[in-house]
Amino acid sequence: MIGKPKHQRLVLVVIALVAVLAAVLLAMWGLRDRAAYFYTPADIEAGKAQPGQSVRLGGMVEKGSVQRLSDGVTVRFVLTDGAAKVPVEFRGIVPDLFREGSGAIAEGSLGPGGTFDASNILAKHDERYMPPQMGNQSAEHQTAKTVAK
Amino acid sequence: MTAETGLAALWLAAALSLLQLALGFAPGMSKSGSAPIRAVAVLQGGLTLFAFAMLVLVFATTDLSVALVAENSHSAKPLLYKIAGTWGNHEGSMLLWVTVLGISGAALAIFSRRLEERTFVAALGAQGALALGFFIFLLFASNPFARLDPPALEGRGLNPILQDPGLAFHPPTLYLGYVGLSVAFSLAVGALVTGRVDRELARAMRPWVLGAWVFLTLGITAGSYWAYYDLGWGGWWFWDPVENASLMPWLAATALLHSLNVLASRESLRAWTIMLAMIAFSMSMVGTFLVRSGVLTSVHAFAVDPKRGVFLLILLAFYVGAALLLFALRSGRLSEGPEFELVSREAALVGNNLLLSVILGVVFIGTLYPLFVEALTGAKLSVGAPYFDAVVGPIALALMALITIGPLLNWRRDSGERLKRLIIPALLGLGAFIILLMAVPQDGLLAKLGFGFAVALFPASLLPLLARKLGRTPLTTYAMVLAHFGVATAVAGMSISSLTTSETLIAAKPGEIVSVGPWSIRFDSIRPIAGPNWTALEATLYATRGGAIETLKPQARFYTDPPTETTQSAILTTLTGQLYTVVGQQVGDRWQLRLWWKPMVTLIWLGGALIAIGGALALLGRAWRGWRKAGVR
Repeated sequence: MIGKPKHQRLVLVVIALVAVLAAVLLAMWGLRDRAAYFYTPADIEAGKAQPGQSVRLGGMVEKGSVQRLSDGVTVRFVLTDGAAKVPVEFRGIVPDLFREGSGAIAEGSLGPGGTFDASNILAKHDERYMPPQMGNQSAEHQTAKTVAK
Repeated sequence: MTAETGLAALWLAAALSLLQLALGFAPGMSKSGSAPIRAVAVLQGGLTLFAFAMLVLVFATTDLSVALVAENSHSAKPLLYKIAGTWGNHEGSMLLWVTVLGISGAALAIFSRRLEERTFVAALGAQGALALGFFIFLLFASNPFARLDPPALEGRGLNPILQDPGLAFHPPTLYLGYVGLSVAFSLAVGALVTGRVDRELARAMRPWVLGAWVFLTLGITAGSYWAYYDLGWGGWWFWDPVENASLMPWLAATALLHSLNVLASRESLRAWTIMLAMIAFSMSMVGTFLVRSGVLTSVHAFAVDPKRGVFLLILLAFYVGAALLLFALRSGRLSEGPEFELVSREAALVGNNLLLSVILGVVFIGTLYPLFVEALTGAKLSVGAPYFDAVVGPIALALMALITIGPLLNWRRDSGERLKRLIIPALLGLGAFIILLMAVPQDGLLAKLGFGFAVALFPASLLPLLARKLGRTPLTTYAMVLAHFGVATAVAGMSISSLTTSETLIAAKPGEIVSVGPWSIRFDSIRPIAGPNWTALEATLYATRGGAIETLKPQARFYTDPPTETTQSAILTTLTGQLYTVVGQQVGDRWQLRLWWKPMVTLIWLGGALIAIGGALALLGRAWRGWRKAGVR
């Protein structure tokens, strides 16, 4: 195919190695600024997340903190881990099981004013489901079980 | 009694798989030919199927003295979902997995007659070895038949998101694909043992890979549509680890399918094809590990007993390690195949394999990266669409270019003469790209390029039929054309829908008129309704874009056992796209409505279906050819 026919196998092996290397380099380049880290409100308060950087923020929805704006589709609430509090703003339909006093993960980035702009909210999916990341924070739902697939 | 019968069958099948392993590899055993090991494989598969049938029976009758039923079922559930509930949980789905493994082994024993005997016996032995490991996992770490004493009074129900016809067929379809690849793995092991990697092996392996690939394609396509309408998020692919778990074996199987063609036609790419066959099933096992061990954050990851995760990881490491070791020891002995030129069908297929492997690599790394980082540093992170879109997209475009060119090249060497036929398709594609560039102001270069490539591929994929007598063209050529046409269809759908979707999110009072894209939608009313095990608030929407008035009824549903809320989207499918509507929560006297107009989005799944039909046609074509040959003899 390339070069002398005698070395074709060698050429193919080299091509395969190049492919593996290309995949690894490409992945590393992609992961460098596209992986979203998971932070707790305390991490945010400690300044671990840069404003604008896409992260996941997980905590409990503070009781009494959920308020709806007059447009009917924007919601503001506070995520807390007991140590720190972060105000979150989200425009959209919150998940079915988004409740005050239960766990939620907000995907988005920290705005300049210290409010977290969420582009997506993940909540405890049903009474038995709990994302492993939230499982570490509250012991009450440890008896989760497998469903589906 | 049913549960105990099932458990006994499982133990017996496990013992037989040990025997199968011994018959396959123990020296001297092969003297008696392949008859004994064939019989054992068939019996093992039959017993596993029987055990699975017993579990289905236990679920169908809601036997609450079985722990698994009590935890996952409910007597008030419709029968279809009781039966589907059999595999809607960890233990049951693992049993289904092993059942497909057993049936695959039995089918290999029954149908593969033409392969060299020693290779064949070793392959069945390898299939036995795979089965044994997973039997041990089932019996010691995931017994589906464990009793509950005293029996429960009522079952705990099933996640209502999963009470959907999609669930009834989605996992079994995917499993047929996942585990069907085990046969390719076993045949590769057999070929390495005997050192015979030739045309015959490729022909023996091809129907299994084709079949598994068709099921994987169907499973992924159906799963994507299911997530699209059931989750109510309006997206059709989320790069969720579980989706990736099914995509990775598909990518490997697609590469394998193409390299098998080289092996079958030209006897080139021997070691590479063997490697791919091993990788493909390894990816199935990685997928099973990711989904079943609960290590990942995902809609599907339900924190499970960590013991099981470790057990699965050990199985995975053992099988992949053993296969790689065998490959390292034996692949050097394989003789090199015939040569080919830089411009040739083989070279194009090597390119296809490389690009698919790179995609597989970046998906694999992106999916597992969070696990490694957390294990090493304790930091938690997630890798999602921004990563995958950015790294997979450009490679996928290069692959599109290759699909356009490859089928027009000759085996061994090509003058490139026929590539002139691509001028018109290329100009069409370029034109489409330029039009999009000017007509759609927002960015999305990748999608615009994607549409350009798709427009070029539509006519180009038909070119292999040009200047041929259509009646005498083999069915397999039609199959390839159809599958490649399906790729163009799916990519066109992805590009157009991502570029032109319009979305409206609003809180509206009944009687208000809302617009999205070309549609004007009247929010007529909202009222409570009731189903067998749920109640719901159902909105009535009247939609029109000038012509007839269509009715959509999205619901917010509340299930009683277990208490859960879900959104049921209402979708209107038209020739030019889909109107997707979701009703959210009540805000004072208003209701949240989320509306999407998604032009051409249906092409995505239509394309997936065409690809799968292409695969099925190829399978049929091979069977037909084989049958005719046998008839002539």
